[in-house]
Amino acid sequence: MGRVSIEEVSLEFRTRRTGTIVALDSLSMEIPDKQFAVIVGPSGCGKSSLLTLVAGLNDASSGCCRVDGRVVNGPGADRGMVFQSYSLFPWLTVRKNVEFGLAVGGLPAPERTERALRHIEAVGLSGFEDAYPVQLSGGMQQRVAIARVLANDPEVLLMDEPFGALDSQTRSIMQELLLGIWEREQKTVLFVTHDIDEALYLGDVVYIMSARPGRIIDTIEVGLARPRRYDIVTSERFVGHKRRVMASLHSEVQKTMNLTPPDPGESGSTS
Amino acid sequence: MAANLLERLFTPKRPIARNLEIGIGVTVATSLFAAWCIVTYGGLVKASFLPAPDAVGDAFVATLADGSLLKHVRVSLLEIYTGFVLSSVIAVPLGIFMGSFRVVAAAIEPVVNFMRYLPVTALIPLLILWIGIGFEEKVAVVFLGVFFQQIVLIADVSAQVNDDLFKVSYTLGASRRQVVTRVLLPATMPGVLDTLRITMGWAWTFLIVAELVAASSGLGYMILQAMRGLHPATIFVGIFVIGFLGLATDLVFKYAKALLLPWTTVR
Repeated sequence: MGRVSIEEVSLEFRTRRTGTIVALDSLSMEIPDKQFAVIVGPSGCGKSSLLTLVAGLNDASSGCCRVDGRVVNGPGADRGMVFQSYSLFPWLTVRKNVEFGLAVGGLPAPERTERALRHIEAVGLSGFEDAYPVQLSGGMQQRVAIARVLANDPEVLLMDEPFGALDSQTRSIMQELLLGIWEREQKTVLFVTHDIDEALYLGDVVYIMSARPGRIIDTIEVGLARPRRYDIVTSERFVGHKRRVMASLHSEVQKTMNLTPPDPGESGSTS
Repeated sequence: MAANLLERLFTPKRPIARNLEIGIGVTVATSLFAAWCIVTYGGLVKASFLPAPDAVGDAFVATLADGSLLKHVRVSLLEIYTGFVLSSVIAVPLGIFMGSFRVVAAAIEPVVNFMRYLPVTALIPLLILWIGIGFEEKVAVVFLGVFFQQIVLIADVSAQVNDDLFKVSYTLGASRRQVVTRVLLPATMPGVLDTLRITMGWAWTFLIVAELVAASSGLGYMILQAMRGLHPATIFVGIFVIGFLGLATDLVFKYAKALLLPWTTVR
């Protein structure tokens, strides 16, 4: 089970120059078990901060996150995270990287090797078990990171712009790969991105987040049939959703850049 | 054609053929040696100012034959490695903790920063007063010379470790202790080896200075005695031996890195 509840979470931090900054403002979200939820928002809106709160890597100023009713109180193996920066251990081979979570969890060596090899195969990296991360391309490194988190069998997968550093061809291959894995493994996913196509292509639900202070300004039930093929991006329903997300995000991005929106009537409703 | 070659050779960072690289290195080294031969055998300088290669060779054989060279080498190596190993054994863990734990940094940073701008050579008279001019004093000079530099350099290596590696480890279920032993320590190892390699070079400087100031054996002492006895050839023997010992140590560090940390050299 992996039901994630985010209950009126606020995050503030103080800087010497600008005083108190409200990154997240009383934000609530309910993600049912096995749902693929995507948060899309302008950069700096606090969407990555929200992930670190669910991961337990950071403490909320108020409110709390729960996984299956249990209050998040520090990081744990039940919530696996994938970062944009791959963050593989450069001194470990691909196989040892994938085994890391199992090793710190105390699983006996033969068993963890067997499980690691299975997940390396699932991301199509058989033959690279003994390679070091520096020997791999960015896309391959991120596949190792995904295999590493899945080998640990978490209930919730937290993904912080995992494909943000990849070129667009590799990115779309990775999205397809991730969907295939998700359909097989059936895990709750909380995925953060600023790429609208990516959000709609992957998600069951897409949450649109405002610029600072971060709030949810719109929620889209994507409702596209699964398994999805990449050509759904041209379907009418997809394009309709995309228009809606773009309209909300456009004025938010302008706000973060201190530009006045050309149509104040549209953005006036959120402030 | 020639202009083309020059253009290729002087384009920044452009690789050149391996043979050419070796050829250039050998040419420069032999030219230096040839220049040495010309000014000495050609009678351009006095032998008491710059001895000829064969005089240095004779001095080398003579000091080797009477056992004095090996004795001085043994004394110097023992002093430098004792001081260096003692320093490294404490400075490496302390530096790693100082770079990653604010509480350790708060405790030792003020002292370390004061000490590291104090040239160890200024402490030599005091050390002689306290512990004499023997083995212990040389070890102390080497130790104090490299210790505070090692701490600062290694603390920096430790502070540079990518924070995402810690975060990902926690979300994979690692405890704080496991994050230190399985992530922080291995992540700092390449920087630690580089630091040791650099500070080993400095250690030689401090040791030789200490031996020149006051000693009864060691390569610095041998050089000083040769100066007093007007044996420039023996001075050169000492200088060459120090140079080659440094080169050998550096090669050991280089191969140790390739051997112990294969992931830093694979491509």
